[in-house]
Amino acid sequence: MMAATAHPVPNPAPRVEREMSILEAIRAALIAEMERDERVILYGMDVGTLGGVFRVTRGLQERFGIDRVFDTPLAEGAIVGASIGLSIGGMIPVPEIQFLGFTFQAFHQIGPQLARYRARSRGRFHMPVTIRAPYGGGVRTPEFHPDSVESLFTQTPGIKIVCPAFPDDARHLLSRAIRDPDPVLFVEPQRLYRTIRGPVSIDGDDVLPFGRARLVRQGTDATLIAWSAAVHVCLAAASELQGMGISAAVLDLRTLVPLDVEGLVKAVVSTGRAVVVHESPLTGGFGAEIAATLQEEAFMSLDAPVLRVGGRDVPYPPGTLEDHFLPTVPRIVAAVRRTVER
Amino acid sequence: MVQERAEAPASLNDGQSAPPRLNPDGSADGTSPMSPGQLHEALRLMLQSHAIDELAIKLQRLKRIGLYAPVTGQEAAVVGSSMALDPQRDWMVPASREQPAMLRHGLPLENFFAAYMGRLDFAAIPPGIKLLPRQQAIGAQLPQAAGLAWAVKLRHERAVTMVYCGDGASSEGDFHESLNLAGVMRAPLVIVVINNRYAISVPFHKQTAAASLADRAVGYGMPGISVDGDDLFAVYSASAGAVARALEGQGPTLIECRTYRVGFHNTSDNPNDYRDSAEVQAARDHDPIGRLERYVVAQGLMTLGDLADLKEEIRAELDTVQRHVASLPRPEPDFIFQHVYEQLPTRLEHQRADLRGTG
Repeated sequence: MMAATAHPVPNPAPRVEREMSILEAIRAALIAEMERDERVILYGMDVGTLGGVFRVTRGLQERFGIDRVFDTPLAEGAIVGASIGLSIGGMIPVPEIQFLGFTFQAFHQIGPQLARYRARSRGRFHMPVTIRAPYGGGVRTPEFHPDSVESLFTQTPGIKIVCPAFPDDARHLLSRAIRDPDPVLFVEPQRLYRTIRGPVSIDGDDVLPFGRARLVRQGTDATLIAWSAAVHVCLAAASELQGMGISAAVLDLRTLVPLDVEGLVKAVVSTGRAVVVHESPLTGGFGAEIAATLQEEAFMSLDAPVLRVGGRDVPYPPGTLEDHFLPTVPRIVAAVRRTVER
Repeated sequence: MVQERAEAPASLNDGQSAPPRLNPDGSADGTSPMSPGQLHEALRLMLQSHAIDELAIKLQRLKRIGLYAPVTGQEAAVVGSSMALDPQRDWMVPASREQPAMLRHGLPLENFFAAYMGRLDFAAIPPGIKLLPRQQAIGAQLPQAAGLAWAVKLRHERAVTMVYCGDGASSEGDFHESLNLAGVMRAPLVIVVINNRYAISVPFHKQTAAASLADRAVGYGMPGISVDGDDLFAVYSASAGAVARALEGQGPTLIECRTYRVGFHNTSDNPNDYRDSAEVQAARDHDPIGRLERYVVAQGLMTLGDLADLKEEIRAELDTVQRHVASLPRPEPDFIFQHVYEQLPTRLEHQRADLRGTG
């Protein structure tokens, strides 16, 4: 995998930067927002004393006290459901669901409740909740721990979906999420927590807007579109394609809701070819939404059908077989070559 | 947040004399726990609830409102519990059949009717009213209420959250998860289970093998109390005790109000398909409104003439409000885009423009 620094970063400069891992960047965002607003509270299973199973919140209970960083009973539905009442009661909840796959146990409180509460209350109550959840495959985790279910929530309007792939984005999109008056599902690429390091701006009050995709690699022949950990697989594929004489751009969507349609179309029009890559199963995945949007908005600029590389349409397999499920560099390279050679 | 173990659950009435009772014949055991003013308020709310049921069913039959779920038979349970709250101080989290409690807590009648009659620009719970919207997903309000009570505690405020659910909701995972959470957090929460014996058509004995839902409380480290839900005095006493306990920082209480859903589940339901009319008649004999009427008359607090006047006044008020709401404009079609997000994302802006262009 390639580090973020290897690619052009069109984020505004100049900045004071520090090298951080994604995990450190997330922790830095939590600390910054907790210092900024005393209503911000962190909770979930193992979040307090232990500091989370990945240690994202390590040291925060000591720093901010047991009233602001605490453990809850093991009940995902209650963790999310309580965040609705905590919001109404004046807090800014940042609950953690230990793994995104366990949002199935909280689905009824996320999609139909949290996401809709502003609408159901006709604007009376808003939900400044940020649900943090690590996810994604490639690290041989047990069942449910790697599942990419983020796109299920694109079908429950009212919640935003944020999926950073780089430390700087994780740092500043999380700040934005916590300050957002609407609920956010903030998914964290667990396999990149410590492996991807990069510069993070630490000057001032830098908050990134939602709904802005970022071209993380320039290219002229085809555009790879991804988010979260898949961005780095696409970057690796683009490097390999370069050796074959194919110049592939990589677009990191960064947020699925809101979706940067303009940025997406621009990135694809410039190459005329697109391949969408995601870890969730292919059928009904968000790649289908991207492909549909591109044919609606950029049909005349396309030189080839939009292709998708997703997880297989099977239950997430045991870790020993997951490489045959996930989008890999060879699968992405093959897809790009198919579009270019048409 | 208090992490120590809660004390062993005990009956709220341990060491005290037997709680007051309002009997079906209108006689009382013990003195009323409510002042004459409170009794009048309770009776008015219960009569108003019944009048709303009658009016709403009529409007539904005329296709002027959608589905309606009547309160009939459950008035004492709903009103008696809600009257233990201070609407200025406390929060109320309803399920979907607590209309008089919502009105008592400050929801204006106009907003109430506006919600049912589709005048959505006028249907929101006004700012400052410490009331959450009705909940159509069974039991989903419970963890939300636990969170609200917990927020109050985190902010070191002195207030109680009262949440309602039915016997059916007690089977939901949310019930267990939230009572467990509230117990651990010692949240100032009062859980009122309106056990009306039916979840649509499924009777209580098919909902649980437990003799009483109050027995669940021991598993959550909180007191549980089961009362005759048609007895206003018993419901009010238990609720007031639970509210006092929560205000003193002693945590949550579970109250089961045993009552009976005299009417249908909602206006699309026909209870004759699944229950015996003799059973319904037996419940009608326990009519919570009738026994309170008999009590206030026997006590000389009201005459039969006063009662008739009160009912007429209630009917006239409902008629006026309902006619006023009917005269209000319906929302523009693009109302559906309001209140989804604080700021409408670009995609939704385009969809709204499309709706405005094509209807």
